[in-house]
Amino acid sequence: MSRSDKIEGAVSALILICVFLLGVAILGWGRQAGYVLHGWLIAAAAACGLLYLLRLFSDPPRDIPLAYKDDVIKWGVLLCFVWGIVGFTVGDVLAWQLAVPSLNGDMGWSNFGRMRPVHTTAVLFGFAGNALIATSFYVVQRTSRARIASETAPWMVLGGYNLFVLLAVTGYPLGITQSREYAEPEWYADLILLFAWVSYLVLYLRTLARRAEPHIYVANWYFLAYIVVIAMLHTVNNLAVPVSIAYPKSYALFSGVQDAMTQWWYGHNAAGFLLTSGFLGMMYYFLPKAAGRPIYSYRLSIIGFWGITFLYLWVGSHHLHYTALPDWVQYLGMTMSVILLVPSWGTVFNGIFTLNGAWDKVRTDPAIRFMMVAVLFYGLTTFEGSFLAIRPVNTLSHYTDWTVGHVHAGALGWVAFLTFGAMYKMVPWIWHRDGVYSLRLEAWHFWLALSGTLIYVGAMWNSGITQALMWQTYDANGAFVFAFIDTVDAMRPYFFARAIGGFLYLLGACIGAYNIYRTVTGPRRAPLGTDERPLTLNAGE
Amino acid sequence: MGTRHQKLERHSIAFTLVILCVASLGGLFEIAPLFTIENTVEKVDGMRPYTPLELAGRDIYVREGCYACHSQMIRTLKSDVDRYGHYSLAAESMYDHPHQWGSKRTGPDLARVGGKYSDAWHVAHLRSPREVVAGSVMPGYRFLSDQRLNTDILPASLRANQRVGVPYSAEQIEHASEDARWQADPEAGFEDVLTGRYGDKINIRDFDGQPTRVTEMDALVAYLQVLGTLVDFATLDAEDAAR
Repeated sequence: MSRSDKIEGAVSALILICVFLLGVAILGWGRQAGYVLHGWLIAAAAACGLLYLLRLFSDPPRDIPLAYKDDVIKWGVLLCFVWGIVGFTVGDVLAWQLAVPSLNGDMGWSNFGRMRPVHTTAVLFGFAGNALIATSFYVVQRTSRARIASETAPWMVLGGYNLFVLLAVTGYPLGITQSREYAEPEWYADLILLFAWVSYLVLYLRTLARRAEPHIYVANWYFLAYIVVIAMLHTVNNLAVPVSIAYPKSYALFSGVQDAMTQWWYGHNAAGFLLTSGFLGMMYYFLPKAAGRPIYSYRLSIIGFWGITFLYLWVGSHHLHYTALPDWVQYLGMTMSVILLVPSWGTVFNGIFTLNGAWDKVRTDPAIRFMMVAVLFYGLTTFEGSFLAIRPVNTLSHYTDWTVGHVHAGALGWVAFLTFGAMYKMVPWIWHRDGVYSLRLEAWHFWLALSGTLIYVGAMWNSGITQALMWQTYDANGAFVFAFIDTVDAMRPYFFARAIGGFLYLLGACIGAYNIYRTVTGPRRAPLGTDERPLTLNAGE
Repeated sequence: MGTRHQKLERHSIAFTLVILCVASLGGLFEIAPLFTIENTVEKVDGMRPYTPLELAGRDIYVREGCYACHSQMIRTLKSDVDRYGHYSLAAESMYDHPHQWGSKRTGPDLARVGGKYSDAWHVAHLRSPREVVAGSVMPGYRFLSDQRLNTDILPASLRANQRVGVPYSAEQIEHASEDARWQADPEAGFEDVLTGRYGDKINIRDFDGQPTRVTEMDALVAYLQVLGTLVDFATLDAEDAAR
């Protein structure tokens, strides 16, 4: 065992001991059933990690094979699909709850308010986050021609991260939440995410340091930006003072207007760095690889990358137009949002033109079709985002379903389409299969997902604009024509349409999961070629 | 651009640091000044920290995720002001840790719902929304009437709020539990003590219609009934409100 392995093992053990003690403290002092359950979960997870480390130390592996470390990626793929199905299902249940309110059940745990963050967290962090962790581990090894820099750290990252997601989604139905949009988990789950995320950054940098290529490939710029910026956002936005160790409750450090601005600086950049930068990293590897074409323009890559990294952090205030936030911040956010269209669309062109010379594959390969449509939805969503950030437009969209439609154009059309496209490529590669089990099912998945997305987004555009216009309709005497409840009534057909669109999407995802399952359990391919191995195990060899 | 960037691309630590610097600028320029510029939060009369019962109600509002469907931020638009009342001031959420401005109005804005309806209306509506408002898509919160309010946690809650900047006094923290119970029990006869600690604008009522016990419904209704009622708009100088 090398010296750096020993240091890493010691640090990992120390972190796990801290996490274990946190779990024990919670289960010992906790005075709320769900919170105590979380204490047990945390302690058990940390104990498993410690046992694993102990076994590794007492019986160190003789030599590390000259191969990419893909076992952890396989688990990431599995978790990605599990959380995806959970998240889509809960989302569709919520859509039906809005269409048929009696489905709420009127029990505490099943209400819309408690279930909605289960949906957002399972999709954003469970599905998208695991997709990013899995693909980033894949990409950093291949583009560096090096095995990932540690045997234990990838498990710490994946395990810690998924413990965080599990604590989050099991906490909400039990009423454990900060009710800060997309940052709902309480302080103890946030601490675990922080540990996992910092390990992620260290691991990523250590792997890059081993690279056999002089340059860092553009996909890794984006993955680095996503890891670094999420660490910053998560830490600042979740600063809070817990009430006591006996309860999960905490109070945010900031209040009112400062808290709102911090929250949307975070919230918009969960979209900016998790759902944009991270997924652009995925696009910059899997799209050219699948198409067999180089990236269209190196220069556009640079402009796109730095433009997005710089501008995104300024635009959060467009969520707070006409509020008590000082006007100068609103105008600044609006301006930056409009400028953001330049690097966003630069990146769209870079992605689309990469397909030049390979357009026939869009017709024959559903995975490439998934990715191409994803890039188009990225273009649509970023245009729409800049448009909605303009103050007068925002008077119509804000507080309505238009925003919900916008987010889903991004989440369903861009994030999930790209994930499915990349997974259909990566799964056969890491499991060494000739290809996906069934191209027919893959195509079915594509068309179900596309029609589901279009129905969903179309319904939300209609309902959002309808409701906003109804809110603003005056009669000749200057009185409102519609009571609030009239505008809710008018939403009903769109709520049904949305629920149906969501169901189609879910159905497609289930078919996709089945297809992936059959691929994984299917026959293996001939032995590995030499280009499927790293050049070296350690730097400088 | 090409050659310099090619140099940067060869150094992962430097690349990471540059990302961190470039990405920090937005927050530094937009968020940091909000803590120092004086007119971010205007000076108003009447704002006070929540009473322990209201704070407990707010914690329930947070627990149930009401922000997913209700905003608490009336924009400066005419259609917002006409429907919900005076636009929200920054000062009105200065003791809100965290803020609950919200981003979606599946239901109406609640920033000024206080005093608009009776306690009985709120209880009936929360228990069974569609019996009060036909066509509502809101879930029912019947269970709040059955759940006894945990008042033991309140001194610690107030202390945590004090640590993040809410000006609770040592006396308010010490008596938080009984203050919560007394506010929901007009028969107890502690009006003077409560107004002494929290001022005249405190609603001392049996909010949930169950005089024998203090439930989560009491707390939530007490919170809803104080929303938007604290600032004295009669004395608010138009100059102060203008940003």
